[in-house]
Amino acid sequence: MSYPLQQTVTAEAPETPCIETSKLSAYYKSKQALHDVSITIPENKVTAFIGPSGCGKSTLLRSFNRLNDLVDGFRLDGNISIHGQNIYSPDVYVPELRSRVGMVFQKPNPFPASIVDNIAYGLRLKGIRKSTMIHEMVEWALRSVYLWDEVKDRLNDNALSLSGGQQQRLIIARAIVMQPKVLLLDEPASALDPIATFKLEQLIQNLKDQYTVVIVTHNMQQAGRVSDYTAFMYMGKLIEYDLTATLFTNPKERLTEDYITGAYG
Amino acid sequence: MSATTNKYNLGLKSWFHSGLPWIWLNAAAVSASLILVIGLLLLIAVRGLGHFWPKDVYEISHQQPDNRVYRVIGERIRTEPVGIQRLLDAGMQIDAGDRSQIERSLIKTGNRDITGLDFRWILDINILSENTPADITVLERKEWGAFYGYIKEIREANTIINSGATQYGLLNEKLAEVHQLLSQAKSIEKDKIGKLNYELERLRLKQRKLELKNKAGTASNTDIQQRQQALESQYQIYFQQLQELNNAAARTTVIMEAMGGERVEISLANIVRAYQPNDMSVFGKLIFYLAKLWEFVSEDPREANTEGGIFPAIFGTIIMVLLMSVVVTPFGVVAAVYLYEYANQGVLTRLIRVAVNNLAGVPSIVYGVFGLGFFVYTLGGGIDQLFYPENLPAPTFGTPGLIWASLTLALLTVPVVIVSTEEGLSRVPSAIREGAFALGATKAETIWKTILPISSPAIMTGLILAIARAAGEVAPLMLVGVVKLAPSLPLDGNFPYLHLDRKFMHLGFHIYDVGFQSPNVEAARPLVYATALLLVLIIIVLNLTAIYIRNNLREKYKVHDN
Repeated sequence: MSYPLQQTVTAEAPETPCIETSKLSAYYKSKQALHDVSITIPENKVTAFIGPSGCGKSTLLRSFNRLNDLVDGFRLDGNISIHGQNIYSPDVYVPELRSRVGMVFQKPNPFPASIVDNIAYGLRLKGIRKSTMIHEMVEWALRSVYLWDEVKDRLNDNALSLSGGQQQRLIIARAIVMQPKVLLLDEPASALDPIATFKLEQLIQNLKDQYTVVIVTHNMQQAGRVSDYTAFMYMGKLIEYDLTATLFTNPKERLTEDYITGAYG
Repeated sequence: MSATTNKYNLGLKSWFHSGLPWIWLNAAAVSASLILVIGLLLLIAVRGLGHFWPKDVYEISHQQPDNRVYRVIGERIRTEPVGIQRLLDAGMQIDAGDRSQIERSLIKTGNRDITGLDFRWILDINILSENTPADITVLERKEWGAFYGYIKEIREANTIINSGATQYGLLNEKLAEVHQLLSQAKSIEKDKIGKLNYELERLRLKQRKLELKNKAGTASNTDIQQRQQALESQYQIYFQQLQELNNAAARTTVIMEAMGGERVEISLANIVRAYQPNDMSVFGKLIFYLAKLWEFVSEDPREANTEGGIFPAIFGTIIMVLLMSVVVTPFGVVAAVYLYEYANQGVLTRLIRVAVNNLAGVPSIVYGVFGLGFFVYTLGGGIDQLFYPENLPAPTFGTPGLIWASLTLALLTVPVVIVSTEEGLSRVPSAIREGAFALGATKAETIWKTILPISSPAIMTGLILAIARAAGEVAPLMLVGVVKLAPSLPLDGNFPYLHLDRKFMHLGFHIYDVGFQSPNVEAARPLVYATALLLVLIIIVLNLTAIYIRNNLREKYKVHDN
């Protein structure tokens, strides 16, 4: 079976492109995880990647901040550029790239340190040492994720004393305090209860004013609720990519239709 | 097969399958280990700590085969049965009726200066009478061990000042005065004269340095000579004071009557303490016991280590373990970080890891030999050539010493630290690593700011194992720095305060020395137990401290187990 390449399925995006990939193939040792993926992700929108487990959506996401570089035997062909800069070119300083592309993981992963120290971690890496400045930025970040009122009296408590939902918002605060252009969310709600998930989704909606958000999710309702664009991937290939409303109501591909109607996955 | 047997078999089978025998077996193994450990500790505690309790002193009259009656004064150490035949074979004439065994007692009689022996066996059938007179006095002396006898006179500058009933009280008063004088003398000797000697030695070395540079006769050399003379005259003054104090202390003496009726004059300067154990209340004995115990842990040893305390050995053990920890922790951690985080996980790394693990199994004496050959002779010799040429041929670092013992033990324990640290690094959840990387941390920043703090409890575990092993190690230390009796502690008031080149004493070696190298076996035996108990206690205290720190770190750096 062969599937149409993305050129034929790209949505007419009037927006400014933020992340562009062309003919991206990725390999873990000899196993190919991505096949010729070309996609353009618009700025200041929420783009969701959906698809069954192992379809390569996380691999694609983690290529945007080069976190896959840490994996032994990972190899990449093709191009990824963010705001026109090829992020895999040799003159890119990877830590600096990662400080511009924030990432939130499946399970909250706070460092075993206080709430303040967690958020200040990246700032201190950048060389910001002035405590007044750090506190200002920490407060701003916590307010942005609506956590400030919940934790303002215990900023020096261990971050692990927070609930799962609070922790995940803390992780988002930790990412946005670096003032990244792009925010990558890798199934951020999969370990949360429905109320925490609801709060997180609201937050994501608000974040897109300032950040380009890319979210990987298993949950199609979630993709429908939070995203402007949705990409459906299957077995390492980009099958269909369109406005979320279009993709969910009027999928062009049979595979997409089957997946969103629950025929498999 | 009958039905009942069948049923029985089924029962046994199901009993086996229920796992109950396993539980019993495991419980039995645990109990056995517990009983062994507790038994061991109890044995050394009872044998060791009992030594300091003041025992009653008996006056025994006993009949020898020649029918003469002797008087013996001393402590009964123990009583045991002995076979008649053995005594007859030894040429003794005994009339014990039809018994095959009789009792004999080991009596500690002290007075080694008179009788030549501190201990003697007495057959209980030869004892005519025994009692515990209240006025028997025990003198603990700096030389010749204990003295048992009666106070007859106290003299000051050869005049009798007392021979009445209050002698014992007066003796203790005078003893306090003499000790006051002696402690003044000691402070002059140790602090003032010690400092002078130290400075004189430094001047001598400076002079030698100038000579080596062919600058003898220059201005700085005459300056040195002037200062030497100033120090010499200062020394004379101190020496004079010391002499006066010592003479004053030696003026007071006590005349004692020993068990054979001889009268002996003993200088109070030679007496550590005087007491009458038969006249002591239980409370008095308790006070005495605590004082003796304190002396044991706080004083220098006397009498070829069979009397006095073991403070230098405690101090040496602890300072060596601390120095070792300071060396082994960074060394082991850095090596583990390289092996786990940076090295390519190929065949070579696996080989290195196997080698490190096997290093932990090398017999410790081999490390001692290596330490002597490499650290002491090669490294130490090199340091002497480069930095202390004025001291040669007398070695400074080119001889066994504290630093080399610590380094040798650090080498011995570094595999343990490496293995535990690697274990700790591997347990840091990958989510934490990715979290740090995703915020723009470099690998080094991730390791130093995030991974190592989280691994710190594992590092402490490695250190705990290292301390437990190092504190009990004796064999390699004999080669690289431990001595039977060190003239001074490795830590004192003279620059650079911590003298890494000095030899030191160690509890483990002290046990060996007192137990096996002592000329006076009976006197040394309880001290072996007491020292062993102390060594165990110190290792426990060091370990508990490390465990306490580790538990705090664990609490602080707890992470989700993803």
